[in-house]
Amino acid sequence: MFGRLTWAAIPFDQPVVMIASGTVGFVIFCILALVTVKGWWPYLWREWITSVDHKRIGVMYIGLALLMLVRGFSDAMLMRSQQALAAGHAQGYLPPEHYDQIFSAHGTIMIFFVAMPFVIGLMNFVLPLQLGVRDVAFPVLNSVGFWLSAAGVLLVNVSLVVGEFARTGWLAYPPLSEVAYSPGVGVDYYLWSLQISGLGTLLSGINLTTTILKLRAPGMGYRQMPIFCWTALASNLLIVAAFPILTATFAMLLLDRYCGFHFFTNDLGGNPMMYINLIWCWGHPEVYILILPAFGVFSEVVATFSGKPLFGRRSMVMATMAICVLSFVVWLHHFFTMGAGANVNAFFGIATMIIAVPTGVKIFNWLFTLYGGRIRFTVPIYWAVGFMVTFVIGGMTGVLMAIPPADFVLHNSLFLIAHFHNVAIGGVVFGVMAGITYWFPKAFGFTLNERLGKAVFWCWFFGFYLAFMPLYVLGLMGATRRMQHYSNMHWQPLMLVALAGAVLIFLGIALTVVQIAVSIRHRERNRDVTGDPWNGRTLEWSTPSPPPAWNFSHLPPVERADAFWAMKQQGGTAQDRNLKRTYETIHVPRNNPTGFFLAFCAVLLGFSLIWRIWWGAELGLLGAIVVGLMQAWRTDGEIEVPAEKVAAFERLRGLKESAV
Amino acid sequence: MHAARAPSASAIWLRAISITSAAVLMASCEEGVLDPHGPVGKAERVILYDSTAIMLAVIIPVIVLTLVFAWWFRARNKRARYRPDWEYSGRIEMIIWSIPALIILFLGGIAWTGSHDLDPPLPLADSTAPLDIEVISLDWRWLFIYPHEGIASLNRLVVPAGVPIRFRLTSTTVMNSFFVPQLGSQIYTMPNMVTRLNLEADQPGTYEGLSAQFSGDGFSDMRFDLVSTEAEAFKDWVNTTKTQGGVLDSTTFEELVKPAKADGAQTFSQVSEGLFDKISSGHMAAVSPQRGQ
Repeated sequence: MFGRLTWAAIPFDQPVVMIASGTVGFVIFCILALVTVKGWWPYLWREWITSVDHKRIGVMYIGLALLMLVRGFSDAMLMRSQQALAAGHAQGYLPPEHYDQIFSAHGTIMIFFVAMPFVIGLMNFVLPLQLGVRDVAFPVLNSVGFWLSAAGVLLVNVSLVVGEFARTGWLAYPPLSEVAYSPGVGVDYYLWSLQISGLGTLLSGINLTTTILKLRAPGMGYRQMPIFCWTALASNLLIVAAFPILTATFAMLLLDRYCGFHFFTNDLGGNPMMYINLIWCWGHPEVYILILPAFGVFSEVVATFSGKPLFGRRSMVMATMAICVLSFVVWLHHFFTMGAGANVNAFFGIATMIIAVPTGVKIFNWLFTLYGGRIRFTVPIYWAVGFMVTFVIGGMTGVLMAIPPADFVLHNSLFLIAHFHNVAIGGVVFGVMAGITYWFPKAFGFTLNERLGKAVFWCWFFGFYLAFMPLYVLGLMGATRRMQHYSNMHWQPLMLVALAGAVLIFLGIALTVVQIAVSIRHRERNRDVTGDPWNGRTLEWSTPSPPPAWNFSHLPPVERADAFWAMKQQGGTAQDRNLKRTYETIHVPRNNPTGFFLAFCAVLLGFSLIWRIWWGAELGLLGAIVVGLMQAWRTDGEIEVPAEKVAAFERLRGLKESAV
Repeated sequence: MHAARAPSASAIWLRAISITSAAVLMASCEEGVLDPHGPVGKAERVILYDSTAIMLAVIIPVIVLTLVFAWWFRARNKRARYRPDWEYSGRIEMIIWSIPALIILFLGGIAWTGSHDLDPPLPLADSTAPLDIEVISLDWRWLFIYPHEGIASLNRLVVPAGVPIRFRLTSTTVMNSFFVPQLGSQIYTMPNMVTRLNLEADQPGTYEGLSAQFSGDGFSDMRFDLVSTEAEAFKDWVNTTKTQGGVLDSTTFEELVKPAKADGAQTFSQVSEGLFDKISSGHMAAVSPQRGQ
């Protein structure tokens, strides 16, 4: 009846897991109870769950990412404390079968369920506003993409309580991930949750690429397009090109595991090296999918707070697109040590280094954007300067490992771990934090607390250095990644320093929660009435904060880059321009529960497949098809916002602004 | 006049931290890849140092300039000249594309020559005839076969100092990476696949070896000692080994492939011929057993 699922799947004998999941379950129960008692369900259903508004979906993506950041970071704390303890003969408190799940989950969650939703959430929220349009190209698809990601998140978290997670590392290299060596459900949890969320990411990528290519304000050609849109375009093109590779690779591994195929097995002609090549054909573009939008955020932030246009805009665009293309010819640098031969290794090593050229140009561009500026030291610029200082170090160690003979001694060491956290934290996380602080007032109508924001920055900044500089040294001392324990006592002091760094980062995350709470409390004090709290340059700042469902009452005509800055230079405030206008009826997409129902079916399908409950899988698949068909026959896709309502909204806005 | 002041608490802390970090950094240079004991490791250290130095020549000025620009052009500094419309300078563009390009040209050269000179299968330039050793990664132990001597050793690799070692490597079940940090290059071991590696230890000594590729629950213990001895001592070791320990053939090998934690060394006085080739070509029933739940 329930396939492999029995009561034995729930680890009643592990108090740590049971207490943790019991607490989480209790908190979820309390939240649900509160929502029910307060009668918030209709509001949540109407305004969030079925919303196809890109701004709402963007916010939900970021919320999801923040939640999963806490989960992924708990795994990090467990790992750091285990390694701080397990020196010499000590074994720490986590046995290998548990520790192996933790580092696998940490990597999987941080990349797929923290970094990805952070970046996609920012792009979702910002793109249509910067492009001067009313929504993304396919609003319902957008909602489906989000809910499929959420379905993946749910499955990953279920693995904590029901069964186990993969014990293979975050990329599940075969043959270790094949049935012969990982017979449990861990790898199945890994594969199905990523298949489902990966589909969501692909849909989102198609949607955002189409949006950028086809929907822009009148007059906005590619030369007038804001730089964040350019980096988002590059990132989404990479999603469209790379994610199918991931899906196909996982599909092959699934066939191996479920149907006895031999794509990557040791016997009958299978070849594990093929998997490693394929997974990195996706994996390397993936890191640029994450970092390019972060580069875009920094470009916006540095220009805005320096009070001048981005230096060398054309270089920046060329550099972005160069990285986009080059990212597909470097994948082999993840396994120079597989014995490919000197010519192949040298080719991929040099191709990797060539990416450092456009990246270096970007750094110089931001440097010269600061030059001659009148820099206002708000929280986003802290993150930006912190990024420039930190990222170049990560870039340097990256280029170092791109030299094959250097990689022969650094591969898979803690030096590598330090390198990619250097660029992932110093690049992606700093970028996302800058972006969240920068666009928060646009989303919610008030700015975040500055003092706490700076405290958060310092915690992350010093926490990063404390946590990962020791790992560089440890890597040089010969420490490899994924050690559950080690015998060399010399390593322990450095492991302790790294733990202290992790604690500092924990403080930063905790302060973020405090910052959000305090900012909500003091929201009236920090209200953004003008819609332009930072003296911004791009079109999103021409809308009120938060923008109405239709974003722009009038699609803004664009003549040059930094369109809003140009409007402000020409004089006249927003309400002057708007009051003179007549308004037209606007169509906005109607709420749609398709995404939510699809996610429900996807969870049922995934969970059933993991546990081999075949009737459940059939039900889930059938449900998904029915939901899809129902969506296909829907005709009431849009609702009208009458011109009078738009005009009334703009009049009210004008009054509010002039009151300031 | 007043008595010499006691150093403040913060000064003591600062001193303690700087002494500790200096000690740690020095310790880091006394083990691992920055303390190589063989020609391969030494060449790789030169590459590490040279390329780091080349890159630091740009990285440090960039970091300093970032901080200086950010500080000088702060909004409150009235002496800084605000140029609200300055967004392009062909001359600067030229320079900022050239600097990284030149560096990469330089490092690309290092990468190209380094990849070829230090290609793992490439025999080391040495007048001494190389010693052949076959490496098999098990779950989760290391087996070393000396094909010409007809002996084998588990979890302890004894080699003569100053003699190039020619490794052929494979795995029975999953991937591992054979790595002795103080000798240099690592290489993957893969089932049904043979990789090649050439290393040499300059002097007698004991160097830690390990697997650098995660391979399952017993991975952390998958360590071995590489013992480098004088040529005479090595001969003695070979002769003693030939008189002790069991025979390694298909039957005893089936015991070895069962998952077990690395725990102590063991030697075999006799090895059935062609065992490594049988394993690496997948012609052996015992290879790739299931691990079970």
